[in-house]
Amino acid sequence: MDCRVALCQMRPKLGVIDSNLETHHQWLDRAIEAGAQIAVFPELSLTGYFLRDLTQDIAMTLDDPRIDALVQRSKDCSVVFGFVEESRDHRFYNSVIFAEDGKILQVHRKVHLPDYGIFEEGRYFASGDDFEPVESKHGRFGLMICEDAWHVTSGWLHFLNGVDAMLMPVASPARGIDTDEPELSSQKSWRSLTGAQALLFQTWVLRCNRVGFEDGTMFWGGSAFISPFGKAVVEAHGQEEELLIHNIDSESLKRARIQTPLLRDERPHMVRSHLARFLDDPDAERGIQAQDNSPSS
Amino acid sequence: MSTLPPPPGCNVELTERVLVSFLREETHRIGMTRAVLGLSGGIDSALVIELAVRALGPENVLAVAMPYRESHPDSLRLARKSAKHTGVELEVVDISAMADGYLQDNPDLEDKSQEAVRLRRGNVFSRMRMTILYDRSAKLGGLVFGTSNKTELMLGYGTQYGDMASGINPIGDLYKSQVVALSRHLGVPNEIIDRPPSADLWAGQTDEDELGFTYDSIDSLLFRLIDRRESRATLIEQGFQADFIDTISRRVRMNQYKRRPPLIAKVAARTVNLDYRYARDWGT
Repeated sequence: MDCRVALCQMRPKLGVIDSNLETHHQWLDRAIEAGAQIAVFPELSLTGYFLRDLTQDIAMTLDDPRIDALVQRSKDCSVVFGFVEESRDHRFYNSVIFAEDGKILQVHRKVHLPDYGIFEEGRYFASGDDFEPVESKHGRFGLMICEDAWHVTSGWLHFLNGVDAMLMPVASPARGIDTDEPELSSQKSWRSLTGAQALLFQTWVLRCNRVGFEDGTMFWGGSAFISPFGKAVVEAHGQEEELLIHNIDSESLKRARIQTPLLRDERPHMVRSHLARFLDDPDAERGIQAQDNSPSS
Repeated sequence: MSTLPPPPGCNVELTERVLVSFLREETHRIGMTRAVLGLSGGIDSALVIELAVRALGPENVLAVAMPYRESHPDSLRLARKSAKHTGVELEVVDISAMADGYLQDNPDLEDKSQEAVRLRRGNVFSRMRMTILYDRSAKLGGLVFGTSNKTELMLGYGTQYGDMASGINPIGDLYKSQVVALSRHLGVPNEIIDRPPSADLWAGQTDEDELGFTYDSIDSLLFRLIDRRESRATLIEQGFQADFIDTISRRVRMNQYKRRPPLIAKVAARTVNLDYRYARDWGT
């Protein structure tokens, strides 16, 4: 896996798909011009985030010509973009598509839907139930959408699958302006989280957040390439639209995994036997249910 | 209550960046370029005008001072100072004639020794000022910028459809103590920052007299109660008096109605804002 990736830190219009589609084409032109082989867009990049009842109004099925328009662009550059997916049985998912060579390689449906604080995703979306890696011609990738990244199991499953990079389309709202902190508290949390994931799971982590406001809430941008050593090697510092380009390479992965062979030394069988006992114990399972509260994203 | 924990501060550079971007983007996205705001001579509107000029440029901001003949002369003087500091045009619209026109027809509004009358008169002035701001908004194609801070919103210390009315409000999530910190950072004249906060709706009125507590103690409590969700027991351990906590908590609850749009009787399948739910920024 050695490839050049573009993170498209853009500002979608809320509920205006045609305009956002045009914007995607423009960003893809720029990404291709910069030599990118993969372009990643933020969560719900074709629709905007605080959709509420727009969720059902602007949902698309996978055969929608507007989706196909972007899938066709993947002949020039693989593309990861977000939208509301309507299944044939009329469930609605917060999904991203990984498209390559004019085909959909994978649809990842967001598994962990935040439904607390300012988030209402549980009200509108059905949950996905899988973290299959994408087998791209450029490498093996793990897709996680925003809140997915806050659950350690998402990254751990991708880790066991030996992904080269985790691609994270995100729509993270700005909040927290404490006196003694140089950055927003949501920004600080995300930087810690994704840095730790890169270190623990020894992959590249590519965080692509959006910018702009919706109903007074700002999305803080700060998209980044984080190396398998946990270092943000390229990072957008502003809250403005920005195209970030960087090469991600196998050699860094190899060096990180030689230096500290965490994947080699992982013990998934031990986890399986422990988990089986744990899930078979009704009291323990109730413990999980009671504590199944997600952290802020 | 001298041993209370301090009121909340904020990272002023970061807050400035967020609020200026907020004003610019939420104004421009609806096709507007200008703003209108009422300048009272107090700290809240002085802060908002500083933010407004950074977002839109002074040429796109209209400040309106709306004195009544009983207003303290310092209010207009400091409004002028604030406008001058930001390079914004200040329009002075004296509301005495329009207010007196109404007051004189309603003799029960004469006796200012009664608290209820003072309050009604204050509300009349506040809503007349709102009427003028919204007319200037239509005349200029400018959005009305709100100047209510979080402390006032939580306590309901404002006039519904009066000074609480606006198109967008940059400081509604900042407590008074944070308003002061940000004002110092943005260079609001010290005379305005240090003046005792007052709605100036009648002679000698000050917020802290009327509220019965200092802003510092209220902000310290509200921040812990609301933002940090600390329990009553924890608050008492930190030195807050039980009756202070209960008085403020009750006031917050009693004024919830001011923070929400009017209730609508639900009869249909989809009702505005209940289960017909769209962001205001829909389509932009």
